[in-house]
Amino acid sequence: MTDTFSHPARPGIWRIAGQLSRTQYWLFAFLGLFLPFAAWAMLSASGWVDPMFLPGPWNVLTRLLTWLLEDDLAGDALISTYRVAAGFALSAALALPLGLLIGAFRPVEALLEPLTDFIRYMPAVAFIPLVMLWLGIGESAKISIIFIGTFFQMVLMVADNVRLVPLAQIEAALTMGATRFEMIRLVLAQSARPAILDTLRITMGWAWTYLVVAELVAANSGLGYAILKAQRYLKTDTIFGGIILIGLIGLVIDQGFRWLHRRLYPWAHTRG
Amino acid sequence: MSKVIIQNVGKVFERSASPVPALENVNLSIENNEFITLVGASGCGKSTLLRILAGLEYRTSGEVFCDGRNISAPGADRAMVFQHYSLYPWLTVMENIKFSRRLKVNRENLTSSDVEAASGRADALLNLIGLNKVRDAYPNQLSGGMQQRVAIARALMGRPEILLMDEPFGALDSQTREVMHDLILHIHRIEKTTIVFVTHDVEEAVYLGQRVVLMQPRPGCIHSIFPVPLPARRSQDMKHSEPFRALRAEILARIRESTGITTDLDMLEQLNLQSADV
Repeated sequence: MTDTFSHPARPGIWRIAGQLSRTQYWLFAFLGLFLPFAAWAMLSASGWVDPMFLPGPWNVLTRLLTWLLEDDLAGDALISTYRVAAGFALSAALALPLGLLIGAFRPVEALLEPLTDFIRYMPAVAFIPLVMLWLGIGESAKISIIFIGTFFQMVLMVADNVRLVPLAQIEAALTMGATRFEMIRLVLAQSARPAILDTLRITMGWAWTYLVVAELVAANSGLGYAILKAQRYLKTDTIFGGIILIGLIGLVIDQGFRWLHRRLYPWAHTRG
Repeated sequence: MSKVIIQNVGKVFERSASPVPALENVNLSIENNEFITLVGASGCGKSTLLRILAGLEYRTSGEVFCDGRNISAPGADRAMVFQHYSLYPWLTVMENIKFSRRLKVNRENLTSSDVEAASGRADALLNLIGLNKVRDAYPNQLSGGMQQRVAIARALMGRPEILLMDEPFGALDSQTREVMHDLILHIHRIEKTTIVFVTHDVEEAVYLGQRVVLMQPRPGCIHSIFPVPLPARRSQDMKHSEPFRALRAEILARIRESTGITTDLDMLEQLNLQSADV
């Protein structure tokens, strides 16, 4: 024991459940994004792969630029975002109250949860012919597909969020004389808010996944449509551009949700 | 008339295929402003009895009267303090204490002087628990002991007739527990609430209670009731007094008896038998 007076070593970052400083976090995040990108750039620069199958980053970037300047990229992105937002909002508007009721009342759970589970496993894509038959090929058809893809998952997740409210919080309100409605409004809904916002963040990702599926339904605009059309003409640079763009929009929305979470529910983050 | 009358109360858990009797034939009268502690080995039904008093658990037989009214559901007259996780993490300390003011039961026929009095009471309670400095903090910024103090203040806010406490200090370290013991005794003197306090800690039961109700398991029932031969005003040094130690030893011996283990030697023997089975 010669180094009695030296500082004890900081626990390593690879320890299970260990800690990472903010700088270290961003360093790793940057690496995680940069490495695949660098690998892609090197692979396409090496000339091993036909650019028809794997266009280089530079080709994709120039394609995105011409798409933006000549082919109305902003319009495509906007209409896609509108469809996702509308389908998602419709989902949330119905899933939040319904999930709350399923989580709060056992009879509602028994009535609706097995049914929801049943429908949830049906592939949303398989509803496309029906949706077209019922709603035609307008915006409502695309919004419906996104709705079908997200709603049933969202209901079950919100119900779970509500069920995870600690029993002691509920019983404390009971012994203070809370009515059933007050319990839902002042305890269940309040307590489950942070978890529900996380549910919305996760299901928002699924809504974007169903966008491409939805734009299969005789669309003539939108990012998903552009990707499908590019496939027909083997324009792989457009496919790559569209995919990357959807990824970027998703990343921004996800970070937005996280920011909102920290902003709205600081009490769910600070640890005592 | 007694504040609380428990008559022939029984409880059978019917969840499993074979019904489990949790409580059988429990009779107990609790006087106004009394501090009662319920103690016993695990599975003796002390928490179940408390929850029946709160109206959180239903009884399968017998009657419970509070101020002459038959109890069957939770109500603001019987507030409860839980072991933990009962505070609302999205509300500050002060908002937690005032939570019951938002409930309809406290908002009917409200005059402006009532509102003023309530706000004054919240401040007084905050003072009483000594947490003035953290009135705007959130629960997860507080230590476990502070959180329980807030839970007590919140339960007292609506001036309940009876304060029910279910192992409220069970998760705290021993130093904090001692502080909490003197705090709850102080609150009992000032608020003149009737308190029913469940614990598995015999020392805690004897130090706090005016009477200690000892329960025994299989099926849960009252074994015996011990009046505590200590002055009404307790202090920590009484824990070393002869009456305190004698009562504590007596109750501990009865608990060992009721669980079928009379001495440590017997327990060792049982363990030996069990390991022989293996």
